[in-house]
Amino acid sequence: MERTTSGAGFVALGGFVGALARYGVDVAVGDATGVGTLVVNVVGSFALGLLVTRAVGPRTRLLVGTGVISSFTTYSTFATDAIALGTVAGTLYVAASYGLGFGAAAAGLAVGRGS
Amino acid sequence: MTAVPLVGALAVGLGGAAGATCRHLVGLAVPGRRSLVAVNVLGSLALGVVLAAPLGSAIGTGLGVGFCGAFTTFSSFAIETVTAAESEGRDVAVGFALGVLLAAIAAALLGAAIVRAAT
Repeated sequence: MERTTSGAGFVALGGFVGALARYGVDVAVGDATGVGTLVVNVVGSFALGLLVTRAVGPRTRLLVGTGVISSFTTYSTFATDAIALGTVAGTLYVAASYGLGFGAAAAGLAVGRGS
Repeated sequence: MTAVPLVGALAVGLGGAAGATCRHLVGLAVPGRRSLVAVNVLGSLALGVVLAAPLGSAIGTGLGVGFCGAFTTFSSFAIETVTAAESEGRDVAVGFALGVLLAAIAAALLGAAIVRAAT
């Protein structure tokens, strides 16, 4: 892991891009609580599974992994959306996010390891 | 949206850059999966505060969607849970995933309660 200032710069640049892309998905999806967050979390979990199994350099890992993908996905909005949805819908939302998100991460790892 | 879209988007990007950098620094300072617990619980507390606080639209979006959104992460958490299940067994993975969930939800509720008590 690169611990230099330039390493943090890669993370910041990736964070700018990843957060903006997540915001774009939110705006495109509209007012349906939790839908945009579910989409980014599942897609991002698959993408990160692919990335971590590849022999990429430390700068690519910081820019794309720690920066773009990790900022594209989010846990805090997932938690507050689960609260906003209430007990029944919130529990279903958590189950769907965990089930699909972990499944996507496992699939990304499997595809990355198999090729 | 009430904010000018371009201003909101710029706020999200800048907040995201700051949030990702802070998450990276926590990752360097705190070893292993504890850093994921730390960022996701602290970030959920912060988002609880931001959503309950009377902030302007662009500032609220930049802090909430940008900073808190990027400081916390689901993808690294999902990879950590899956690899924990592979290497340390299902019980460890379930404990980790449910522990983060309960702590993050409690933290978000606490953040909102703090703002309500203070205003």
